[in-house]
Amino acid sequence: MSAYLHTFGALLARDIRVLRRNFGQFLVRTVMQPLLFVFVFAYVFPKIGQGFHGAAAGVSFSTVLVPGLIAVAINFQGISAVALPLVQEFSVSREIEDRVLAPVPVWVVGFEKICIGAMQSLLAAGVVFPIVYLVHAEGEAPDVHVYDPWLFAFALIFASFLAAAMGLFIGTVLDPRKVTLLFAVVVLPLTFLGCIYYPWAVLTPILWLKLLVLLNPMVYMSEALRASLTPQLPHMPAWAFSLALVGGSVGLAILSLRTFHARVVT
Amino acid sequence: MGDAPIRTEQLRKTFGSLVAVDGLDLEVRPGEFFGLLGPNGAGKSTTIGMLTTTVVPTGGRALVSGLDVMNHAPDVKRQIGVVSQANTLDRSLTVWENLYYHGRFFGVPRAGARARADELLEQFSLTERAGSMVFHLSGGLAQRLMLARALVHEPLVLFLDEPTSGIDPQTRINLWRILEDLNRAGQTTLLTTHYMEEADVLCARIAIIDHGKALAVDTPAELKRKYGAETVITVTVEGDPAPLAERAERLDAVRSVEVERDTSLVRVRAARSEGVLVELVQAAVELDLPVRDASSLPPSLETVFLNLTGREYRE
Repeated sequence: MSAYLHTFGALLARDIRVLRRNFGQFLVRTVMQPLLFVFVFAYVFPKIGQGFHGAAAGVSFSTVLVPGLIAVAINFQGISAVALPLVQEFSVSREIEDRVLAPVPVWVVGFEKICIGAMQSLLAAGVVFPIVYLVHAEGEAPDVHVYDPWLFAFALIFASFLAAAMGLFIGTVLDPRKVTLLFAVVVLPLTFLGCIYYPWAVLTPILWLKLLVLLNPMVYMSEALRASLTPQLPHMPAWAFSLALVGGSVGLAILSLRTFHARVVT
Repeated sequence: MGDAPIRTEQLRKTFGSLVAVDGLDLEVRPGEFFGLLGPNGAGKSTTIGMLTTTVVPTGGRALVSGLDVMNHAPDVKRQIGVVSQANTLDRSLTVWENLYYHGRFFGVPRAGARARADELLEQFSLTERAGSMVFHLSGGLAQRLMLARALVHEPLVLFLDEPTSGIDPQTRINLWRILEDLNRAGQTTLLTTHYMEEADVLCARIAIIDHGKALAVDTPAELKRKYGAETVITVTVEGDPAPLAERAERLDAVRSVEVERDTSLVRVRAARSEGVLVELVQAAVELDLPVRDASSLPPSLETVFLNLTGREYRE
C-alpha cells in the first residue's frame, strides 16, 4: 500500500512540475473568461445603462454572478485540465501507455488524474474570486462574504472533484476526432444552463427547464457556492446540493475510473 | 526462485472473431535474449501486451518470474521494462526529467533517481541533451531515451516491441550494440521484430510465430539447419524453362525444383551452395537457353521464415 502511495505521489509530482512549467498558460486559460464576463456584465452594462438585475430587489447582478463564475471556472478547468491532455495522449502522443506501466493498479493512475484536475480547479477558483470581486462599475459591487467557511470549503472541494471526474470520463470516452465538439456539446450547455446567471429557485416560471437542469452537475456547484457566499439570494436546500455533489463525485469517479481502465487495458 | 523470467501456457487472445494469439507456449530462460519473429499481424505485439499487463488474455496464462500477470499486475510491472513501438516519451518533460520521474514512479528515492538519470544519460550518450524538451528529439535519440527509461528501475525482463522499425541503419546498429552489452551483463530480453537480420544477430533463441502460433522455437543455427538448410538457386532464362528444370532434377545436390512458366524461372533448393549455380548455368547454355538472371541465396533465417510462414502478402 505504501508503495502505491509513493507512486501516486510521484505521478502527482510529475503533474505539478508540468503545471509549474506551464503556469502562464494556466493563468491565461483561467482568467480570460471570468474577466471578460464581469467586465461586460458588471462594468460595461451598468455604465451604458443596459442592464440586468439581480434576482431579488436591491441585489446587483454581480452578486448573482460571483458564485456562478467561480463554478464556471472550476468546471471549465476541471474538464479541460483532465480531458484535453488525455484525448491527446490516447491518440497522438501515446504517453499514457507508459504511465499505466507504473507499478500500481491502473485505477490509481486514473485517480491521480482526477486529483490533479481537482487541484487545478481549486486554483482556478482562487484566481477567479478576486477578479469577480474587484471588477465592476461604481455602485455595482457584489455583496459577497464567506458566510459559512465550512460550507464554502465543502462546495469548492466537491465541485472541483466532480468537475475533474467529469473530465476523466469525457477524456476516456470522447473520440479524438470529435474533440472540437467537446465545447459545443458539453461545456457550453453545462455553463449556460448551470444556474450561473440566475439562482435555480427563480426558474419556476419555466418549470420544465427548472426540472431539466437538475441533470446538470453545474447547477449543484453554483447553488452550493451561492448558499455559502450569497445566502441572501434564493438557493437550493443544503441537503439537495450536498447529496448531488457527494453522490455525483463518487459516482462519476467510479464510472470514469472504469472507462479509463477499459481504455488502457484491452 | 527457479521460475522462468517469462512463461506462457496455452496463451490465447481473441478480439471478437479474430484470433490474435492461439495457444502459445513459450519459455524464456534467465539472461536469455529471446526473439519473437513473425510477419505483421502474427500476434507478436498482442503477446507482448499480455505479458506486460495491458492486454487481458482470453485464455491460458502469462507469467513473469512466476507471477500471473493478471492477478499480480503491479508486481509484474515492477519487474519489467518496456520499449514499445510508438514513441511514448513524456513530451511535457525534459530528457533528464523523463528518466527522473520514471524512477520516482517506481519508488526510487529522490537522490537515487537523480543519480540513476545522470548515469543512464551518460551510458546512452545523451548527457548533452539532458535539458532538452523531449518534443525536439530525433527518432533515433527518442528511441535511445525510451530504452534508457525502460532500464531506470533495473527491470528483471526487458521487452522490446519492434524497437528498430523506422530508424536509420547507423542508429539500428548502435542500438544492437547497446542491447548486446546489456544482455552480456545478464539482462533477460524479449524482442519482437520482423527484421530477420536483427533476430539473427541478437537472439540466442527465436520463436517464429504466425497466426498466433509458434511454428518453431530454437537457436538461429538450429532453425536454419532444420528448416532452411537448403540454398535457394533461381535461374531465369529466355524461352521454355521446362528442359532446364528436367536437367536440374538430375543434379545430385538438388532436393526440389519449381518452375514458373510465366516468368521462365527455375527455382532449385539444394543441399549445398557450392557449384550448383554454375552447373545450372552450364546446363542452360548446353540447352541453348539464354540466361537472363541467376542468383543463389545461402541458408538464412529469411529462408526459414518464408518456408514457415509462406510468401503471400500480409495486411
